[in-house]
Amino acid sequence: MGRKLLTEHINVPGIDTFEVYRKHGGYRSVEKALKTMTPDEVVEEVKKSGLRGRGGAGFPTGMKWSFLAKPEGVPRHLVCNADESEPGTFKDRHLMSKLPHLLIEGMITSSYALGANTSYIYIRGELLYVLRILEKAIAEAYANGFLGKNILGSGYDLDLHVHPGGGAYICGEETALLESLEGKRGNPRNKPPFPAVQGLYARPTVVNNVESIAAVVPIVNDGGEEYAKLGVGKSTGTKLISACGHLNKPGIYEIELGVPVEEFIYSDEYCGGIWKGRDLKAVVAGGSSVPILPKELILKTAAGENRLMTYESLSDGGFVTGTMLGSGGFIAMDETTCIVRNTWSFSRFYHHESCGQCSPCREGTGWLEKVLHRLEHGHGHMHDIDLLVSVAKQIEGNTICPLGEAAAWPVAAAVRHFRHEFEWHVTNPAEATRPGAYYSSKAAVAV
Amino acid sequence: MESTTAPVKPQFSPAAQAEIARLFTHYPAERRKSALLPLLHIAQAEFGGWVSPEVQDLVAETIGILPIEVYEVSSFYTMFNLKPVGKHVLEICRTGPCMLRGSDELTAQLERITGAKVGGTSPDGLFTLKEVECLAACGTAPIVQVREKYYEQLDTPEAVDAMLNELRNLVHRPLLPWEETGLAHSQQ
Amino acid sequence: MAKITFDGIEIEVPDGTTILNAARQIGGNIVPPAMCYYTPIKGTGGKCRACLVKVAAGSAKDPRPMPKLVPSCITTVQDGMVVENTVNQQVMDVRKGIVEMLLINHPLDCPVCDQAGECDLQNFAFEHGVATTRYEEERRTFEKIDIGPYIQLHMTRCILCYRCVYTADQLTERRVHGVLGRGDAAEIGTYIDNIIDQDFSGNVIDVCPVGALTDKTFRFKQRVWFTKPVNAHRNCENPKCSGNVVLWYKGKDVLRVTARKDEYGEVKEWICNTCRFEKKETSDWTIEGPSHIQRTSVISANHYELPVMNPQVIADLPESSVRDLENNPPLKLGR
Repeated sequence: MGRKLLTEHINVPGIDTFEVYRKHGGYRSVEKALKTMTPDEVVEEVKKSGLRGRGGAGFPTGMKWSFLAKPEGVPRHLVCNADESEPGTFKDRHLMSKLPHLLIEGMITSSYALGANTSYIYIRGELLYVLRILEKAIAEAYANGFLGKNILGSGYDLDLHVHPGGGAYICGEETALLESLEGKRGNPRNKPPFPAVQGLYARPTVVNNVESIAAVVPIVNDGGEEYAKLGVGKSTGTKLISACGHLNKPGIYEIELGVPVEEFIYSDEYCGGIWKGRDLKAVVAGGSSVPILPKELILKTAAGENRLMTYESLSDGGFVTGTMLGSGGFIAMDETTCIVRNTWSFSRFYHHESCGQCSPCREGTGWLEKVLHRLEHGHGHMHDIDLLVSVAKQIEGNTICPLGEAAAWPVAAAVRHFRHEFEWHVTNPAEATRPGAYYSSKAAVAV
Repeated sequence: MESTTAPVKPQFSPAAQAEIARLFTHYPAERRKSALLPLLHIAQAEFGGWVSPEVQDLVAETIGILPIEVYEVSSFYTMFNLKPVGKHVLEICRTGPCMLRGSDELTAQLERITGAKVGGTSPDGLFTLKEVECLAACGTAPIVQVREKYYEQLDTPEAVDAMLNELRNLVHRPLLPWEETGLAHSQQ
Repeated sequence: MAKITFDGIEIEVPDGTTILNAARQIGGNIVPPAMCYYTPIKGTGGKCRACLVKVAAGSAKDPRPMPKLVPSCITTVQDGMVVENTVNQQVMDVRKGIVEMLLINHPLDCPVCDQAGECDLQNFAFEHGVATTRYEEERRTFEKIDIGPYIQLHMTRCILCYRCVYTADQLTERRVHGVLGRGDAAEIGTYIDNIIDQDFSGNVIDVCPVGALTDKTFRFKQRVWFTKPVNAHRNCENPKCSGNVVLWYKGKDVLRVTARKDEYGEVKEWICNTCRFEKKETSDWTIEGPSHIQRTSVISANHYELPVMNPQVIADLPESSVRDLENNPPLKLGR
């Protein structure tokens, strides 16, 4: 059993209340930081921890913090990105609804480190019920002197507010999130300027994922070096993995980075294997945007090494034979899964969620979806398969924000690893469109 | 766009006005437009589960921005219903992870039971079916969101019936977001 | 000042200049196309991706190349920057892809489009596109709508450059149109039936790069290449209106009035709706002389410009027109 830094007390009754949370060691990091550390010392600990952004990009959090511009007399902001909506990812919802005070504690400690006096949690609009939980917890924190003026007599002031979105995946992109927080359409901004220089209300701003901010709590409590002892190499600490799809035990697992993928899928401590006694076909390891890998490449790297749940091991082999840890949205597919249908579903998602601002993404995501829809419904041509790869390439790298890549990668990877299945859809349209039919490398099977 | 609201200008209830006043304190005075999304949520809950042009104009006036600034935003975010809806809007997740666990079958089942087609409302006016993208509850797929509640693991006829029965017996007024709904929000 | 190298040509420009505007100072065929950027309107640019270029060296201080292609319209120069446009195959390939993306849902109804002959998309596709399409799906269509007495919105042709929205924001007091919806279902609209009728709203027609916003008083009257543009001015009652316009003649009739554009299609002096829509008699105007025509324009085939301007005529012209003449000297035909 690996160490749990975030979710150790998650099942304690009443842990969502201030009193119980405090009894289990809650808010110690605020006391330690505000009473014994300078803001820069907190930043230093986070740097030492090696913590990497848990939202998906994996950018070192401490480094992100050190980029924050600090012009004289201009307020700075910390904004928590709680707009969790990458398909396969549901860890932040779990963490916030069960442990609201952990996020609030992390927000206070992190805001202190960054010198922010007004901070926001931007939560996706669908999670209004979690917003209520957070607002209740925030009220408790105010009542107990952990928020507001002169926190714990330190002279440090902080106001913390929760802000709901309205249903738009794109607002998980940090500049779209800031636009949305300003009451506008969620159109990502061109960068530069980066939020660290001109973010919310054109002020210097740091945007961090829920899990990243929560991780600041154990980092400050135990020290960055202690945190960095967990994990493997540059993948330090623990990570919440949200596992779903055809697993016996889907759910949220806090793992120490470095667990072998095979163990994660099959051991009873984690997902307990593939449901209905079936064989594993493929895995999307880090949320729908990362490349899909067939069973043999997700369990072992191309060189035959055991694949581990770390940033480095999952991306071993680049996009030719590897993938990414991403947001930790782990989607397992059994042998009966139709890859074409699944890819179409992902494409439909990105088409639906494109903001429409820049032309490659606005037009390209729709094009990909339509071609995949045709293939899946038995109206595809052989040349459509290369067309998909070509359109994906025309989107990738040429858009304002990473949604372009997120839309392109899954399509390119599905064709890369499952081309025969796409071809089968073209050559056997009647078979491929029969309800429940699926392709297996042994023979086409219908259930 | 047609409107079914009465010609009288809509007004926020005193409770909503108090909530709006509280929300305005969250943002700098010159940045009140920030409160637009929270206000649209309140408006939708207050005025029958959708935001008519008149209601959107009220939101614009309350914040002090142009009506087009509200229309641009309300039409961008998928949670805001721009046309009248039934008493309960069932938002069915259709994205990959839910599809792997049977969301297509769930949608077909809901269409059959309620008599509504996706995008439409049942003849009795009780249920509007709406397909949505990932709701971040993939581990308990397939799922449906109704206002602030998530109904999860709807992979058996019994679970679907339980949800529909609970909704049929609910007070037939969308509850205001800050009121206690009396329901556990999520089964998780 | 910053010295940059653009397609092998060195140029020195003030700090803060964008790569695109630096290239425009060089001029000629190396200038990247721009479908959404519009210098006089704040906030435009970065959306269409037509002007993407390769920054082969970021600056003298940090000569590393930028990892992705950058939009030249909103990326500012750094001293020592090396930029590649027409000399870079990746840039050319990506641009071809952008043309394809912009055209897959465009109706290609140029034969019946008023913008034909002065359409940025038409020119862009001609220069960078391919003759065939790989798009087999149904194209997106919208109903035509009249937004007020003077302007028609043909959304099907729109490329969502956002120029008209920013223009209305910055020129009129109460914007009533905007971008509604999202993704490829996004559209320019007023949401509820609303008319765009404010003093300067007609300028949205001039900034539209395609035939999405057209002048109803000119609609289907004439192909632009059969009209003759003539510079003219009047003392407009509206203090914000420059009164400097182009009258588009067919025979003795003024068919339409527009603001004056530079060689990149940008309006520098806005005009009011009265000048644009209601002053269609020659007697309303003081005629300055034929407008300068780009050699590449469909209109240049008519070769009607005066070979040399009479110096006395120039002396009588308002200062702004003299400036215009100096910047865009008439073609000296026959020399």
